[in-house]
Amino acid sequence: MTTESGISRGESAYEPVIGMECHAELLTASKMFCSCENRFGGEPNTRCCPVCLGLPGALPAVNRMAVEHVIRTAIALNCSIESEAHFDRKNYYYPDLPKGYQISQYGKPIGSGGWLDFEVEGKPKRVHIRRVHLEEDTGKLIHFAGDSQRSFVDFNRSGVPLMEIVTEFPPDLHSADEARAYLTELRAVLTFLGVCDGKMEEGSLRCEPNVSVRLRNAETYGAKTEIKNLNSFRAVERGIAFEAGRQATLLETGGVVRQETRGWDEGRAATFSQRSKEVEQEYRYFPEPDLPPLRLDEPWLERIRATMPELPSSLRNRCLTEYGLSAYDARLISESRATAQWFEAAAAVGGDAKLVVNWMMGDLARLVNAAGASLDQCPVTPQRLGELVTLVSSGAITGKIAKAVLDEMYATGEPPAAIVEARGWRTERDPAAIRGLVEQACNANPEIVADITLRGLTQKRGFLIGQVMKASGGKADPGEVNRLLDELLARATGA
Amino acid sequence: MLQNHRDDFLNVPISDLRSRVVSGELTVTALVQGYLGRIQTSDAEVRAFLAVTEDRALASAADADRRIASGEPLGPLTGAVIALKDNLCVEGVVTTAGSRILERYIPPYTATVVTRLQSAGAIVIGKTNLDEFAMGSSTEHSAFGPTRNPWDLERVPGGSSGGSAAACAAAMCSGALGSDTGGSIRQPAAFCGVVGLKPTYGRVSRSGLIAFASSLDQIGPFGHDVRDCAELLQTIAGHDPLDSTSSTMPVPEYAESCGTSVAGLRIGLPVEFFGDGISPTCAAAAREAAAALQSMGARVEECSLPATAWGLSAYYVIAPAEASSNLARFDGIRYGLRVSGSGHIGLMEATRGTGFGAEVQQRIMAGTWCLSSGYYDQYYRRAQQVRTLIRGDFDVAFERFDVLLSPTTPTTAFRFGDCADPLQMKLGDVCTLPANLAGICAISIPAGLVDGLPAGVQLMARAFDEEMLFRVGSAYEQVRGALQPPRVGASAEWMAA
Repeated sequence: MTTESGISRGESAYEPVIGMECHAELLTASKMFCSCENRFGGEPNTRCCPVCLGLPGALPAVNRMAVEHVIRTAIALNCSIESEAHFDRKNYYYPDLPKGYQISQYGKPIGSGGWLDFEVEGKPKRVHIRRVHLEEDTGKLIHFAGDSQRSFVDFNRSGVPLMEIVTEFPPDLHSADEARAYLTELRAVLTFLGVCDGKMEEGSLRCEPNVSVRLRNAETYGAKTEIKNLNSFRAVERGIAFEAGRQATLLETGGVVRQETRGWDEGRAATFSQRSKEVEQEYRYFPEPDLPPLRLDEPWLERIRATMPELPSSLRNRCLTEYGLSAYDARLISESRATAQWFEAAAAVGGDAKLVVNWMMGDLARLVNAAGASLDQCPVTPQRLGELVTLVSSGAITGKIAKAVLDEMYATGEPPAAIVEARGWRTERDPAAIRGLVEQACNANPEIVADITLRGLTQKRGFLIGQVMKASGGKADPGEVNRLLDELLARATGA
Repeated sequence: MLQNHRDDFLNVPISDLRSRVVSGELTVTALVQGYLGRIQTSDAEVRAFLAVTEDRALASAADADRRIASGEPLGPLTGAVIALKDNLCVEGVVTTAGSRILERYIPPYTATVVTRLQSAGAIVIGKTNLDEFAMGSSTEHSAFGPTRNPWDLERVPGGSSGGSAAACAAAMCSGALGSDTGGSIRQPAAFCGVVGLKPTYGRVSRSGLIAFASSLDQIGPFGHDVRDCAELLQTIAGHDPLDSTSSTMPVPEYAESCGTSVAGLRIGLPVEFFGDGISPTCAAAAREAAAALQSMGARVEECSLPATAWGLSAYYVIAPAEASSNLARFDGIRYGLRVSGSGHIGLMEATRGTGFGAEVQQRIMAGTWCLSSGYYDQYYRRAQQVRTLIRGDFDVAFERFDVLLSPTTPTTAFRFGDCADPLQMKLGDVCTLPANLAGICAISIPAGLVDGLPAGVQLMARAFDEEMLFRVGSAYEQVRGALQPPRVGASAEWMAA
């Protein structure tokens, strides 16, 4: 990985210590405390009501689906679950916070004391989870530069259910790689559970790493900084690496790390000081009097446990045993529920699972990325990709033709078999026809034939095969071409 | 119309008004005009109203008259003309909560209680004055000037629902709604000589009530008699999905409890409510009420609620703490007053410094202090523990008694400026606020005049046992008999049961 700033692992006297606070916007139909639609974006202030605007007299009512999502997550993260959900007020002033307080959970989070297992570079890693709790999102400030210097607030996001997942202290994470792997696995778990869409670029999954460094194997912790505005995995990884390097360099040159909040500048690939945090904000938490505690009774929890979907770790195992994939492919497939579901639907058609992965991650990903789309918006359905792979693995079309078929499938949405028939792209297997093409290639290139037969330069066979394939328009069955070329060359040698 | 009618219908019970308008003896329009006329003649002195919604009221009256004429089904509160404390939101009507900070605020939605009243056929006649954000016991702390007591214009009407109590007492409406956080319905009801009910916490939805202290606030009715309060509660009570703290318990037929016998009921007189700080005359009025009920067959005995002594202190921690948080939303960003300042914090400081009055600022400061880390355990948590003790006292008492009886207030209405000591003013709530801390229901009923001013008797019952209050209260009204009207306002005899 890139360590542009800093810590070259194993060399520095310092090691990073990383705690992660992740916020996930929950996938619910309505907001946390009102019936406004929960959806990203839109014309500012069009999805607002007295409750999410915090108008005088408006009262919250709990969205039970959001509570279930947190319970589901807490179960997946091996947390113990409170028997009652209590809500607290977190008081602070900010223009995007309409009530002057955020309804959150303080004393009793729904889930606590769990862990998440995953692998980093093939080695198992366990990160302990301190708490999983539920709160509401705030609005969003929009600043207009220029003469007026005005700021506006969009409250569409205000009251969106937000889950916070905080890792345990002392932190288990000690490198940017580990932090990225943790976040990758967490995102996979959340999307598999269907509780969050995991879209970092839309802010539905946000991460604020706390970074400090300490002398290797030291007991004490240095001052930590919190990095804000990280909206991609790459930014998380680079931000942490930069920050750890910055702190180590600072300490090595006799400097002092200040506790503060730092922003991430993607362009300069560097963190910068936002505000000093020497004094902890005084939130004046107290129990939310407008919401009675919500009983999380055993039948409810049992119903949720009974409907828990498969988690990424289990899918990874099935990828190895059931589909015979490599560990690398298994990891790719299980990065999100969308990817996993797509893969399984394609593999179910009956083609070779390994080939399905190669096509998904190779040519299809290339087309999707070029269109700036995502897999779920892709015009090629998993079934169709499965059909294409089946055509390849059965030998009905060659790999080279398959690429052209896929391009057409992407452009037209047509099924692969129809494209193959319409274009006459089936593999040419007729020995007579192929023999003709092989002879033609040999006759046109006597020096190459001589190089092979007289001088033993067998590596030049490839050129002849290429000529044959080209002449067949990529349709000639490669096995047959090889066999007939060998036959012909043997004759030439014998002659 | 008004000129052709004597306005002797203005302080008639709601059920009588309904039968008069249904029978055609009186039109709803004439009724509304009658009240509007009374407001015109009396409110220049009393100043109970911050806004009179004349056009809306007359339009609703015309609609009601049309419905009556065409024989359409009528709601149970047809003929009831109601004033609303101005901390209840009504869509399209300025709602100030008695504060400069909301001087021009027009809510985009209506409080559940108001919607329910209107669906039942009641007509809203206006918004009444209150201590700013319902903080106070005299209605002197309104940003828009004080309301005066219709019995003596030199005296306060009580607070914070002083406007609603005065409007009702001066017969400027058939009933009114207020909110009661530590006695803000019962204390002004006692001072103004009307009936005021604080329902059980959770009995009535708070949705649309501009919050003071969420765990204590409860909306309740003022009426000319107990039955009026029962009928108004009937309409506004019941679960509301918009308020998670509202109870799903079924709503009984409250009016049926009025007039039933009190023979054999056990009435407790908590000694702490008759002792130090309570004027002997107010205590005597309450004892007379108890004696009257005893004469009807109830058994009366003294009892003790020992944690009462700490109630005031606990209340003045919890209420400001919650208020400091509830009032944080008034920051000048989205609505209401905005005073510019440097940066967003400067803007908020300037807005809140200008928009909130002294009493509100003082309570916000006190509440913020009580919640701050390092003091939370010492104040807020400790106050909640006291609250548990007070609740426990009531639980024990209600094992022995069906209802507890006390004076509503330590004194009758005081003169403006007489209660300059804020602590002394706060002591005025000492009899009422235990019911808020415990979440039980309580009612104040006029107990006749003491030195020419109304005194109130308070009845307290188990949570969700408002029926007991109506039963005992209406029985008391029977033995007490009719009351004379105040100096300002009512021209006819008080209606007795």
